[in-house]
Amino acid sequence: MSTIDRPRLDPGYRRHLIRCGPIAVAVRTRSLAVATALLTVIALLAVAALGLGTYPLAPDAVLDALFGGRDTLDRTVVLEWRLPRTLAACVLGALFAIAGALFQTVTRNPLASPDVLGLSNGAFTGMLLTVVCFSASWPLMTAGSVVGGLATAGLIWGLSRRAAGQSFRLIVIGIGVAAILASANTWMLLEVELDTAMFASAWGAGSLNGVTAGALGGAVVCSLPLVLLLGLLTPGLRQLDLGDDVAGASGSRPARTRAGALLIAVGLVSIATAVAGPVAFIALAAPQIARRLAGAPSLSLTLSALVGAFLLLASDLVAQHLLPVTLPVGVVTVSVGGAYLVAVLIQEIRRRA
Amino acid sequence: MPDRTTAPSALPTASRLRAEHVSLGYDARPIIAGLSTAIPDGSFTVIIGPNACGKSTLLRGLSRLLSPAAGRVVLDGKAITELAAKDVAKRLGLLPQSAAAPDGITVVDLVARGRYPRQRLLRQWTDADEAAVAEALDATGTRELGPRRVDELSGGQRQRVWVAMVLAQETELLLLDEPTTFLDIAHQIELMELFARLNRQGRTVVAVLHDLNHAARYADHLIAMHDGRVVAEGPPSEVVTSERVEEIFGLPNVVIADPVTGGPLVVPSGLPAARAEADGR
Repeated sequence: MSTIDRPRLDPGYRRHLIRCGPIAVAVRTRSLAVATALLTVIALLAVAALGLGTYPLAPDAVLDALFGGRDTLDRTVVLEWRLPRTLAACVLGALFAIAGALFQTVTRNPLASPDVLGLSNGAFTGMLLTVVCFSASWPLMTAGSVVGGLATAGLIWGLSRRAAGQSFRLIVIGIGVAAILASANTWMLLEVELDTAMFASAWGAGSLNGVTAGALGGAVVCSLPLVLLLGLLTPGLRQLDLGDDVAGASGSRPARTRAGALLIAVGLVSIATAVAGPVAFIALAAPQIARRLAGAPSLSLTLSALVGAFLLLASDLVAQHLLPVTLPVGVVTVSVGGAYLVAVLIQEIRRRA
Repeated sequence: MPDRTTAPSALPTASRLRAEHVSLGYDARPIIAGLSTAIPDGSFTVIIGPNACGKSTLLRGLSRLLSPAAGRVVLDGKAITELAAKDVAKRLGLLPQSAAAPDGITVVDLVARGRYPRQRLLRQWTDADEAAVAEALDATGTRELGPRRVDELSGGQRQRVWVAMVLAQETELLLLDEPTTFLDIAHQIELMELFARLNRQGRTVVAVLHDLNHAARYADHLIAMHDGRVVAEGPPSEVVTSERVEEIFGLPNVVIADPVTGGPLVVPSGLPAARAEADGR
């Protein structure tokens, strides 16, 4: 049967067919437009973030320094002082958002995200224990935070296992575990030596103040394989939207896909937490904002990552420059995210009523 | 209409899909124990039986959704559990009862999800995918619904769209779990005619149905189950008898000749046995 003279199917929205060598995919036009817009805004914010500070630089000076200008002071300020922090906001925001999108896709619940479920708190607990028992070196802290995140995930999974499929119960259990871990963290901070406590509690709110190029590089190296692995899982993950039976009957393996996606999500959120602390609400809000922007039925990991990068970068700009006092970025995301959470809850209650 | 006749009870030699002494169940509680049956190639097979007799469980076992605790399901000469999930999905499509469409998905997008076993990471939407989706929409008469949202459709339309999704898998075996439940009679007949047409075009169709008269009218091979066992299998004229319907369903009945097709037609003639006991008779 010839396929050439057939009129193209109308899927109900505009899309682009991308055919390039071995690649043949269809992309929503609106998603492409949203991605382009987000990238532009992120680039503009990044230039602003690199220019603002006690040594202000005009955008053209920033670009000059970025692309091999000759002014050594400008280059030092932009490349060595400010670039790690700006890149960290983008990368970590994206990691938090991807982890959130994975949790929300797997549980099919917009409220399920690693921060609401206490995984960020658990990662922080693991990291605190590492600092208290061993040392405050970055690789050890990351390991401790990943172990803490995985242990928390295991605990929540164990507690909610008998209610498999009831994501509401999973969330209630997660919120409980999060509260317990938060008080455990506070208690530990009260017990440890003063300088450790001061360092850890600033970091515990979620902050980009102490981010170094080394820590960021480490996070990128650790998360890159996970993100690539995730690329392989994505088509199967999308199939989960149809229910386990249809997903299984069409050749995906729901249980394996779900376990893989959650393990990767816990890994990503732990890596990000080790660098910047438990920055709240990016994971919760970014995927849903991305979904509304794209107007698509499934969560898009790419768009979620871009929204996450934008949110964290913008929050950090607000925390550093717009407020009368300089606050940890986590304080800003908690305030914005709290408002968002209330809005989602009200919407959910209205829908059930 | 059922004009093919299969040799009764003798296992047909040509069966791509069969169950060999399978035990199936959930949490180590067997619903089906040591069951053997075969789906004749090119047949329209309907599995009938009372609620909780294991019909759907058998279908899940035949489609690899449920692994047998004992015995094996054989597809094309190999144990189905040893085949890769995508390999099975290229030969056998299943429409389960619990199909959920994501909020706001459009018909074309939902049907396109049926292409999953044939897609590769970088090749998600080729001309072959588009052609298969178009053909599936045409076959189910849902082409003009393409751009609409699935959650806006009527029950009958939605079920045809789900059938289209399974058709887009381009499998020769088609398994359907109670595909007409919750539909009115006109939509039920519309779907049954669709399945009969797909069967005439060369697909092997296996359906679990509640309606005995639809089963007798459209199937050319019936598998009657009771308590996890196969009680009878063969052409409807041999399987659907008054004694057997009473034995399986506990329902007094007469079987007459269908005035339209001449096949068997079940007419209830009294209260079901269990109900009669409860009434104190």
